[in-house]
Amino acid sequence: MSGILVFGEMNPDGLGGVTGELLALARSLAADTGDEVTVALQSDSVGSEAEEAVALGADIVLKVESEILAEPQIDAHLAAFEQVCRAVDPGVALLGRTPLGRDVGPRLAFRIGAAVAQDCVEVSVNPDTGRILATRPVYGGSAISRVSFSGDGAQVVIVRPKTFEPLDPDASRSGDVRDFPVTLDESAIRARLVDTVTQQAEGVRLEDASIVVSGGRGLGGPEPFQQLQSLSHLLGGALGASRAACDAGWIDHSHQVGLTGKTITPDLYITIGISGASQHMAGCSASKNIVAINRDEDANIFKSATFGVVGDWNRVLPSFIETVRELRDG
Amino acid sequence: MSINIVVCAKQVVDPETPASAFRIDSDAKRVLPAAGIPPVVNGFDENAVEAALQLKETVGASVTVLSVGSGFVMDVMKKPLSMGADQLVLVDDPLVADLDSFATARALAESVKKLGEFDLVLCGRQASDWDNAMAPLGVAEMLGIPCVTLAQKIEVEDDGGIVVQRALTDGYEVVRATLPALVTVSNELGEPRYPTLRGIMTAGRKRPTVWSASDIGLRASDLAPKLLLEDLFVPVSDRQCELIGGEDDADAGRNLALRLREARLI
Repeated sequence: MSGILVFGEMNPDGLGGVTGELLALARSLAADTGDEVTVALQSDSVGSEAEEAVALGADIVLKVESEILAEPQIDAHLAAFEQVCRAVDPGVALLGRTPLGRDVGPRLAFRIGAAVAQDCVEVSVNPDTGRILATRPVYGGSAISRVSFSGDGAQVVIVRPKTFEPLDPDASRSGDVRDFPVTLDESAIRARLVDTVTQQAEGVRLEDASIVVSGGRGLGGPEPFQQLQSLSHLLGGALGASRAACDAGWIDHSHQVGLTGKTITPDLYITIGISGASQHMAGCSASKNIVAINRDEDANIFKSATFGVVGDWNRVLPSFIETVRELRDG
Repeated sequence: MSINIVVCAKQVVDPETPASAFRIDSDAKRVLPAAGIPPVVNGFDENAVEAALQLKETVGASVTVLSVGSGFVMDVMKKPLSMGADQLVLVDDPLVADLDSFATARALAESVKKLGEFDLVLCGRQASDWDNAMAPLGVAEMLGIPCVTLAQKIEVEDDGGIVVQRALTDGYEVVRATLPALVTVSNELGEPRYPTLRGIMTAGRKRPTVWSASDIGLRASDLAPKLLLEDLFVPVSDRQCELIGGEDDADAGRNLALRLREARLI
């Protein structure tokens, strides 16, 4: 058992973003262990993505091709990756905490009897044992835990997306591209994906926005979100919300930022009436600058904010928006 | 038609515990319960109870709530009963306290087997303490049944099939499976109902079934952790917040905009 195996995800445009992030992490671990980095690319057909994966750090690319893998059918991808894993017998398996990886990783681990470190934000090699040491936020981000794996079995590490920077593609890197034949049939799919419904909010995607304006429980109702919407338009940003505001039905869940919503990484994150519960901060703590408008000076959000106003948003917000508009027009 | 539903629920530290009251015993590597703040049923597990009760109303169901742990607070764990669940089964044993996801899944799976006939196992998408979102997947694997995560809507069809809407960040997937199956429930399913007065009185009269680890056939060696907790600590934020003031709140709002412009952020 040795080597690092990456569960590579593909999207219609090429490698999924998380694959580059996982390869970068794999290379940094391999620098300490001397391991080979193998990536499994699972799809109906793998093309230039294989070379792309080599350029981003893979030593070996396994093309795992089957009609059945064209869609994100979790059961099929799990069955395929299980076959890869049993053949490669890696010391470490890396997956992203994506809609696919978050299910495939733990279920694979239960099948092969391995432990899982979930939602990791730092991963390193313990120089004394050669085993993985992983850091992950727990209690919704209120605490940080560091975990290791008992025994000497395989270590499944699931990584929080957007935590690691992909390497710059290096076209001069060389790697082995191989076919990995898998035996899959329809019966592997016991829970079948039959439809995907996209509900994309208008305008800039929250995940891509450089400015996000978010509202929370402190807004007291759905109406103020119109003011927040116009502020976000004014700034060319996107509109977010806390889980409390979404669960209350004030705004659609597609706007939810947090541990169980979207993870955002804007340059400027303006929060209004958000207390900053750790659950929420888990989705926005990578923001470069957080601005908090909140009535409660002890609110947790001020601990993470760069700029803050302690006051009633009903009075703060209109003059703030007006001044932003003047600055933009002037 | 009536189905048997098992809802797995966990007693957790109240996630609304204010940061100022959140304490860790770093030697024992565990979170200390805050004085005066009782534990709660994990929020997503309450969403799962709500999903079960909705199915009870639409297709008819018997709803058993199952929890594995120790130090249960009975008033807390009886809440699903007061919402309308039929029975409560607690595996209450120091041996099953603080398990890793693998051992938790094992204990839950063995308990579900001991309960006998079941059609649907519902779990919250993750517990608000360790946020692992893994034990339910393990239960499904160990029981050898289909697994669908992150449900925002669950429908049971006459032919024993289920159709689940799986919440994604930009919409949802529609997934079909046949019973028996395991489904994890997300908050998008809807707020759990409040217990009614009648529900609270009915729940008060119900006695939970209490099992020990040996009742579900498990010994300490079956529950040894695969994942080891090396360290647990509260993160320190190094950000200093610059508070912007003014003559009044409106003035502060103006000053905030000016300061953000000065910092070239807008």
